[in-house]
Amino acid sequence: MSEQALIEQRPLTRLGGLGRVLRRIMREPLGALGLSLVVFVVFMALFADLLSSYAPTKLSPADRFQPASWLHLLGTDHLGRDLFSRVLHGGRIALAIALGATGASLVIGIVLGLVAGYGPRWLDNLMLLLFDALKSFPTVMLALTLVTLTGPSLTAVVVVVVLVSVPGYARIIRTQTLVLKSAEHVMAARSMGASTTRILAVHIMPNVIGPILILASMDIPVVVAIEAGLSFLGLGVRPPMPSWGSILNDGFANIRDSYWIVVAGGLPIVLTTLGFTFLGETLRDVFDPRLRGRG
Amino acid sequence: MLRYALKRLGLGIVIVSVAMMMLFAMVYVIPGDPASVALGPRATPQMIEALRARMGLDQPIWMQFLKFYTSAVRGDLGTEVLSGRQVLDVVFEQIPFTLALIAGAISWSVLLGIPLGCIAAVRRGGFVDRVVGILSVAVIALPSFVIAIYSLLIFAVALRWLPAIGAGEPGNLKSQLSALILPSLAVGLGWVGYIARMVRASMLETLEASHIRTARAFGLTDTRITYSYALRIAILPTITLLGVGIGHMLSSSVFAEIVFARPGIGKLVYEAISVRNYPIVTGAVLVTTVFFVVVNVLADIVIGALDPRVRASFD
Repeated sequence: MSEQALIEQRPLTRLGGLGRVLRRIMREPLGALGLSLVVFVVFMALFADLLSSYAPTKLSPADRFQPASWLHLLGTDHLGRDLFSRVLHGGRIALAIALGATGASLVIGIVLGLVAGYGPRWLDNLMLLLFDALKSFPTVMLALTLVTLTGPSLTAVVVVVVLVSVPGYARIIRTQTLVLKSAEHVMAARSMGASTTRILAVHIMPNVIGPILILASMDIPVVVAIEAGLSFLGLGVRPPMPSWGSILNDGFANIRDSYWIVVAGGLPIVLTTLGFTFLGETLRDVFDPRLRGRG
Repeated sequence: MLRYALKRLGLGIVIVSVAMMMLFAMVYVIPGDPASVALGPRATPQMIEALRARMGLDQPIWMQFLKFYTSAVRGDLGTEVLSGRQVLDVVFEQIPFTLALIAGAISWSVLLGIPLGCIAAVRRGGFVDRVVGILSVAVIALPSFVIAIYSLLIFAVALRWLPAIGAGEPGNLKSQLSALILPSLAVGLGWVGYIARMVRASMLETLEASHIRTARAFGLTDTRITYSYALRIAILPTITLLGVGIGHMLSSSVFAEIVFARPGIGKLVYEAISVRNYPIVTGAVLVTTVFFVVVNVLADIVIGALDPRVRASFD
């Protein structure tokens, strides 16, 4: 059986109580590491103002290209800005985009998936075709086209993420909806005259949403990478706003003399993507081992 | 088999057509007229009007799409705004560099991924298996541009083992290969992880199969069974995986080409953006999309030829 088929025939799962979830994650070494990294990154971003004593955009030409020291924990960049502070504030943007864009993709993906699975056959086929076509663009190429047309902005980054992730979510929701369409409780609800909206919202959605949440949590590092990547190319977050990608870009221009700038820009990306991935893998293994191997 | 191949091909053509429609719609729907985008902010209304007419933007939308579609099928992706060269020629000039990069990335991922996956499967549950498992997840998670920049910093700037920029001297294979090592590692490292996991999983499945049990009953050595009987079947899913992977590798190669200042499609598009050379962008995106779909169709046909179950599931 192909992997896609295996994924799509997975049993329905629901997430249990938060305490129980946390205990099971902490029991796995990889999960404990992932959760700690995620908590660390979120903490640093939330308390960025308290933890750093410099403003992230404050220029200080006298302090240009300072290597890491007690005064500047990660050093300073070519404009004398404190990199530690820029990294922390960049974390806010990275996490906000990751959560916002993933949330938006989830909502759109779920709605489209429900419509495709529950609606008429022609609509289903049409939507599958659109999803396949959308997935046939290489992500970065799609992003580059979009940004060429709209100009670089945070919105463009979010739109790219939505276009890239919606097809995957919608497909899984669609398959589950197709299975549930003829389930007894749905038939019963329909025979008692429940409206389509009610059937979808009350009887189908709660049963299909669990696996998709796990998949979405595993996509957070991908979104972080897309934001940082576009900002690295100068096509995402606009300067002087701090972003991990734009720090990398600043550092890349000076990589031969001031290596610490790229180290400062890359390190948070490495920690965040590893943290969320380890956490997501553990979540998946704990709740839904059959999702394993999703390329 | 032929029926399956034709059906798969037909679906590929439909997907490319819809993708072209999307690309066209994106250009059309998004605010900002391609002509004024191409000419920049200092263009006069007359200049914009003239270019609009030349690009056919003054015609009804369905006419425009029809023209876009039919000329693209004939291989005419329009001309570059500034030099007047054929977009397709400009794009095809850069393709060999990107293909070399992707071939290098596939070599890294196959040469490292398959042995690692095998070892992990043979030592199932052991220390090596766990280490390979964690490393695979880690390299999958790391964004390729971070790997590119860090490998540039370590191996080219600090250690000076390998060249930092360019694609090597033309005609000098050794210099071209050494210029390929780091960029292709950046593109391929994540796929080492994917392939190792995939090979491990399908190896474990294959080792349970009845023909392997028979081989064992005949007294063949474990090494022989693992590497010449099981592996042959276990690497099949890698073909599908690489088919999907090519699209991701095309994305990563954009970063690798920019970081290592290598010529290629990614660098072409990136530079076209900064000068708003808009036909190059859509042309290159279209070519890479077609390439990606073709690779996937081929991968599916190869898999279908090897595994009749796949053919059946397509009906």
